Amino acid sequence: MSELRELYQEVILEHSKKPRNFHALEPASHKAEGYNPLCGDHFTVYVNVKDGAISDIGFQGSGCAISKASASMMTQTLKGKTTEEAENVFTRFHDLVTGHAPGNGEDLGKLAVFAGVSEYPLRVKCATLAWHALRAALRGDQDAISTE
Amino acid sequence: MSTVAKTPQEIHTAGTYDVYKIRKDFPILNQNVHGKPLVYLDNAATTQKPLAVIDAIEQYYRHDNSNIHRGVHTLSERATADYEKVRETARKFLNAADTKEIIFVRGTTEAINMVAQTYGRKNVGSGDEVLITALEHHSNIVPWQLLCEEKGAKLRVAPINDSGELLLEEFEKLLTPKTKLVAVAHLSNALGTINPVREIIRMAHARNIPVLVDGAQAVARMQVDVQALDCDFYALSSHKLYGPTGIGVLYGKTKLLEAMPPWQGGGDMIASVTFEKTIYNRLPYKFEAGTPNIADTIGFGAALEYVNRLGLDEIERHEADLLAYATKSVEAIPGIRIIGTAKEKAGVLSFVMDDIHPHDIGTILDSEGVAVRTGHHCAQPVMQRFDIPATARASFGLYNTREEIDVLVAAIHKVQKVMG
Repeated sequence: MSELRELYQEVILEHSKKPRNFHALEPASHKAEGYNPLCGDHFTVYVNVKDGAISDIGFQGSGCAISKASASMMTQTLKGKTTEEAENVFTRFHDLVTGHAPGNGEDLGKLAVFAGVSEYPLRVKCATLAWHALRAALRGDQDAISTE
Repeated sequence: MSTVAKTPQEIHTAGTYDVYKIRKDFPILNQNVHGKPLVYLDNAATTQKPLAVIDAIEQYYRHDNSNIHRGVHTLSERATADYEKVRETARKFLNAADTKEIIFVRGTTEAINMVAQTYGRKNVGSGDEVLITALEHHSNIVPWQLLCEEKGAKLRVAPINDSGELLLEEFEKLLTPKTKLVAVAHLSNALGTINPVREIIRMAHARNIPVLVDGAQAVARMQVDVQALDCDFYALSSHKLYGPTGIGVLYGKTKLLEAMPPWQGGGDMIASVTFEKTIYNRLPYKFEAGTPNIADTIGFGAALEYVNRLGLDEIERHEADLLAYATKSVEAIPGIRIIGTAKEKAGVLSFVMDDIHPHDIGTILDSEGVAVRTGHHCAQPVMQRFDIPATARASFGLYNTREEIDVLVAAIHKVQKVMG
């Protein structure tokens, strides 16, 4: 049960039930889809970039609790950050959920609740789906990205 | 006679089918997962293997390993005899008319692809149609899409109702002079629906259209008689039938197989080769190019013999009891919806839960030692039909018990507790 509680922390469950910034942006300067064909998780991430910074960000779609909470908290964390900072957070978040973060996410603020994912290798794709979509959006990739 | 009162479960299995004794034949079942006894309910994905199968493969590699159909030495003779004996066991298992109608392939997927690439390429042309149903596995969709794309033909799909049953009248309407082949699942892996294959075949044959039956899920759960069905092709995988991976059978009627061009070229499938002309071998070898998967074929033979010893009628009865018990127990849990409620159903219980994604269900069930499949089950069009991204699926095998279903139900309650 303790490992499960590590994974399904209250904050994660709360975000999965009430996701923040859960809407499309019209218009959006950047947009990309993320799809995990294995489990059917499917999100679209919308971003508006102004003067090199993320002025607004939103997402839509459906997925498991982990993927949805991760997308929700990603939008909260990255609003106002520069695209460069966003890339940097992506890398550190990825290290955290794959168990490669030295400080166990101390520097990631609220996102540290995802540290438990590293005990569930099959769920890493859930936790990073929206992040991959975000990166594709910022880099201007047109095709839907897939975590498979 | 013992005077100890029997539990309901013991009375239930007090006949010749002793599931508790049968479980001892499967060493893998005797283990803990996350500190809990393994409850393996993913049998539609693959089944576990009895000792008889594991031993047969080991015995082959320890004593008999040799290439077949070519050496004159003792080991080669032994390996060839053992390999060919499985063809006869498989013939009998399916009640095929002749062993030459049993083609060994890698599995159901390869069997269907072979028919698409040989029979299909020869007989399906521009403007023609191939007819399937809405409950097919990807392996009975994509090979036909590849064929249709190549030939400029059209893939037609017969619809299902909200219970997951084929609409037979709609199916019949889609049989036209353009239809060159029908390909249907015997039993749906995602919904558990048993397709009315006998009716399907009768309707298609009335219009001289051959029928391929995807038997991947059916063969472990019911007696199949290809002559009584009168199907033209029947495809199956050993690994869903308590045998090893990497081996399966394509059954085909002699007349059709003989008229089909070979698929892969190489050794064993030829009678003679010159640079000017090659004469192909007779059936079934025409379709078995190269050194086959000898060890797993022998393991497959042991699996068939094992299943025969238990008796498919008994297995069918046991699993029908499990499915009825599981359906009743699971549908009583608030917030659960069962996907696939066909009247004729076997082996598979797919479900979704309010606001809880199947992926989360799968992780939490696993923490209780319960192995189920979550996802689209390689049947994305079925998920689209029911407007859901995925389901959680419990699928039963000959070794599962009612107590294991009780564990599943308790674990589902835990899912609701954890996800709050």
